[in-house]
Amino acid sequence: MGKISNQQVVQSLTSKFGDKITIPTEPFGFLTFETSADNISEVLRFLKEDKELKFNYLTDITGIHFPEQELSIGVIYHLHSLSNNVRIRIKVFLDGKAPKIPTATNLWEGANWMERETFDFFGIDFEGHPNLVRILNVDDMTVFPMRREHPLEDPNRVDKKDYFFGR
Amino acid sequence: MMNHPIFTDNDPQKETITLNLGPTHPATHGVFQNVLEMDGERIVSGVSTIGYIHRAFEKIAEHRPFYQITPLTDRMNYCSSPINNMGWHMTVEKLLGIETPKRVDYLRVIVMELARISDHLICNGILGVDTGAFTGFLYLMEEREHIYEIYEEICGARLTTNIGRIGGFERDFNDIAFAKIKKFLVKFPPILKEFEGLFNRNRIFIERTSGVAPVSPETALNYSWSGPILRATGVDYDVRVNEPYSSYQDFDFDIPVGTTGDVYDRYVVRNEEMWQSLRIIEQALQKIEKEPKGVFHADVPEFYLPPKEEVYNNMEALIYHFKIVMGEIETPKTEVYHAVEGGNGELGFYLVNDGGRSPYRLHFRRPSFINYQMYAPMSAGMLLSDAIINMSSLNVIAGELDA
Repeated sequence: MGKISNQQVVQSLTSKFGDKITIPTEPFGFLTFETSADNISEVLRFLKEDKELKFNYLTDITGIHFPEQELSIGVIYHLHSLSNNVRIRIKVFLDGKAPKIPTATNLWEGANWMERETFDFFGIDFEGHPNLVRILNVDDMTVFPMRREHPLEDPNRVDKKDYFFGR
Repeated sequence: MMNHPIFTDNDPQKETITLNLGPTHPATHGVFQNVLEMDGERIVSGVSTIGYIHRAFEKIAEHRPFYQITPLTDRMNYCSSPINNMGWHMTVEKLLGIETPKRVDYLRVIVMELARISDHLICNGILGVDTGAFTGFLYLMEEREHIYEIYEEICGARLTTNIGRIGGFERDFNDIAFAKIKKFLVKFPPILKEFEGLFNRNRIFIERTSGVAPVSPETALNYSWSGPILRATGVDYDVRVNEPYSSYQDFDFDIPVGTTGDVYDRYVVRNEEMWQSLRIIEQALQKIEKEPKGVFHADVPEFYLPPKEEVYNNMEALIYHFKIVMGEIETPKTEVYHAVEGGNGELGFYLVNDGGRSPYRLHFRRPSFINYQMYAPMSAGMLLSDAIINMSSLNVIAGELDA
């Protein structure tokens, strides 16, 4: 595994941010914590630029939708410290009506398309993004198709209801 | 039609020419559209339009049971679909806590490395075509055919393989498959050597590729590049080594890296990776000899479908068959990220599970999508012909780009 342990990462994070981040958990050894949209830029910048942690590689940005939650739209960042070989996952949950979060494009150029993809499917406004337009879907689409309220198929179809299949 | 690049900027006084490269252009090997502003032969700026073959795999995956998502992964990087299949199986196995036997791991390694060879064969062969040398391509295509014959022997399919199952393989490799793999290991090296003889020190090829589209490691990391093109810039990041999966830690192989990150370096890195893949396959064949024969899946009746005759004759098997197909088995409510080294880089699966039979959310970290976003910015200032071979050496696969 990595050259620095997950505990060391947790320690430097909690000493720096205190209660601005949640207590990290480790599903399958993958450090995971939550923070808020106000702090995300600071957290990402710290993780990237800290001399010891060096989470310099942005693996992925994606979104998730939990309609029953109060803060229903989530943004999930996966970072990787290549020199220490440690990965970390950061989640931010946002208000579903007008989800807004600062962009990460000022830290990584690669965040550009990842954020555009997340905007395209979840309608998350990445504030400060240089070109936040749809990327995979057609330009004149009006909805954000990966939100849970949009069904996969014609909802009037009766032969393929999910409850027939245990879901 | 809002903001469509084709319809903008019709100023009669403008001094550049707008050129539509793609979406269907013979030089782009796939559905890629780039709207380029040209000053003579030189590109001033460019905009990539993607999504022409977007098929909403992530949405579909939310409505499919785990074992029916494998065919979706086939259709992402269709030049090396076994790697995608195996990556998905391993993600689910990680989620369910399934330990696969060593023999299964080694069999998977063989298939994945064959897939890597076929992926790199295409890329380097086509790079030759784009630089004006058709011969190498024809030599290599025959070898890809032999790899496809091996797939065919293992799973019955050639391109979109749907190979393997959660927990292992659908059936054991038969003797013909092993014979074909061994034959490939004998026949392929001389041909790869001949191919390298045609290109590596070829003056025309070097002048055409060396120094074209060089990328510094800092820029590559800033753009989240991964795979051979990242290694060509000199960064030794390979998921097989950083986070070994499927028992890659048991194998002895090198990670080739380049120095300048130009098209020639990418070509050399891919060629060397093929040699390393051959090494890995040879080692895997030796290791399999020492493992118990006939083991081709983990012993997980809750997730691995029993053989059909068992289902008809054995009550237990019938129950498990029913439970698997109807999705009545509890799965852990958690999230998992698993990455494999695909043909083009880090292929990641981020799976959020709510305990049902299909994922709550599944996100594919597709290397082509992330690697390709640098294409338009890096094309600025380049000659059009250089931009074409740059695209071909990035090896962007449209299916993986658009998912």
